[in-house]
Amino acid sequence: MSMRDAIGAFVHDGDTLVIEGFTHLICFAAGHEIIRQGRRELVLCRLTPDLIYDQMIAAGCARKLVFSWAGNPGAGSLHAFRRAIEGPAGDGGRRLEIEEYSHFGMVARLAAGAARLPFWPLRDYAGTDLPAANPRISTVTCPYTGERLATVPALNPDVTIIHAQRADAQGNTQIWGLLGVQKEAAFASRHVIVVVEEVVDERVIRADPNRTLVPGIIVDAVVHEPWGAHPSYAHGYYDRDNDFYVSWEAISRDPARLGQYLDRFVLGVPDRSAYLALLPDLRTRLRVSDRICAGVNYGY
Amino acid sequence: MAIDAGVGARHDAPSSAGAPGTSGYSPSEMMAVVAARELRDGEIVFVGIGLPNLACNLARATHAPGLVLIYESGAVGAVPERLPVSIGDPSLVTGSLMVCGMADVFQYLLQNGCIEVGFLGAAQVDRWANLNTTVVGDYDHPTVRLPGSGGAAEIATHARRTIVVAKLNRRAFPEAVDFVTSPGHSYHGTPRRALGLPGAGPVKVITDRGVLEPDSSGELVLTALYPGVAPADVARDVGWPLRSRDPLTTLDPPTTTELVLLRERLDPDKLFLKG
Repeated sequence: MSMRDAIGAFVHDGDTLVIEGFTHLICFAAGHEIIRQGRRELVLCRLTPDLIYDQMIAAGCARKLVFSWAGNPGAGSLHAFRRAIEGPAGDGGRRLEIEEYSHFGMVARLAAGAARLPFWPLRDYAGTDLPAANPRISTVTCPYTGERLATVPALNPDVTIIHAQRADAQGNTQIWGLLGVQKEAAFASRHVIVVVEEVVDERVIRADPNRTLVPGIIVDAVVHEPWGAHPSYAHGYYDRDNDFYVSWEAISRDPARLGQYLDRFVLGVPDRSAYLALLPDLRTRLRVSDRICAGVNYGY
Repeated sequence: MAIDAGVGARHDAPSSAGAPGTSGYSPSEMMAVVAARELRDGEIVFVGIGLPNLACNLARATHAPGLVLIYESGAVGAVPERLPVSIGDPSLVTGSLMVCGMADVFQYLLQNGCIEVGFLGAAQVDRWANLNTTVVGDYDHPTVRLPGSGGAAEIATHARRTIVVAKLNRRAFPEAVDFVTSPGHSYHGTPRRALGLPGAGPVKVITDRGVLEPDSSGELVLTALYPGVAPADVARDVGWPLRSRDPLTTLDPPTTTELVLLRERLDPDKLFLKG
């Protein structure tokens, strides 16, 4: 399925949307297509909103952000996000709603969602202001020990989009490198879109089933979109574009520059291949070295 | 005083070691060195990005080659061959002992009690070592919105001990933080042990002029100074009447080996060693 068709079919105004990937495998291609299709009132959930949600907030896609760490990793702030919640009114007079957890809290929300439980217990938040800031963080008394534990509510997104190195046509998805919360997010979601660097034959998946993180039985659409995670990275395919992450500090700080960025690289292109055509140096600049691992014997 | 000369300025600290090349170093370099010396060989460390990451890799390259570095992104036993710009850098994966999902990191490694040392930075540190990385000002109408907890709240809860790195200034060290993101030793008068937190919490706060530690009541007091620094140089940028432990020690400056490693191998572009 093309990215345009997948977003058109599964992402609707007002949806609760997760695009996961912890630094690794963040699907910018999907975020850009959502901006192009003009989705509005989305509830955007991610541990680290990262540049992709900063761009989507700037483009007016979001009603609410659910998150646990909203910075530009290693490089500064997410200024569109900050403008939308700092000061008396927020950007454009309309304040972005936020619902804030810690990383463990967000992970636990998705774990509960994936297991179809109403909440998840965790030993956390005592002595912090987070429950006061977010009344959805609560407590429960353990029926076995009497201990008071923190709880967070299940997160069951309408749509989860994950990027991966490879999948077969049925969506059996293999990921290596950092795994983030992609598995939990996919199982928690009503619909799952998998975006991959390579579509491989089912035999490739079956030859190494331990590497499959998400099975095709929960996947609604497979999109083949090479370099779809840039400026994030795909381990073994291309490196993280740290220079772009650093440059985002200055771009996002200035609303006019941010607008020009979106006009040129998102709204000004029809699809990912046109985006890549604007960045001809990526293949050399972000080329990875080879560190091939030996296979294992699945024989019996 | 030389250390106040300004961000980025190197200064000449009185060198007790007297080794060539160690007479000039920056406050950030001293912080990284002091933090590295806190780590013992073989310890299991939950590593944050920036100075904590530099300190851990400096320790690994000097006195603690058996340090086990765990990053919240899921890398266990990481051996990064380049400076990770982000906590999810691919160099943390390649050559590591294990890569696990983040649900495993927080439940099976951190909440399980595996982590011996947690390393945190903070925008604000208060009298009771409560840490703020969430907002300056009111939560609903913040003056400055900071990134938030990330894994910090649970690290300060569960790591057997937590080490904090933060530069001194009056806004950064108030009597009480604007928002408690990560728990210290007292929350609105309730002591940490009464809150049922498994870990010891922040046992050291490493600043750019000296080190603070909690006393028996949990209040941060000055316990060590850097060369050439007087207690008043620290106290004037701390928002509570800062007491000093007696005797107050003065820490050794960075060695040539430590400085060479930091400058030439670990952070040659001064990504995290600014100032």
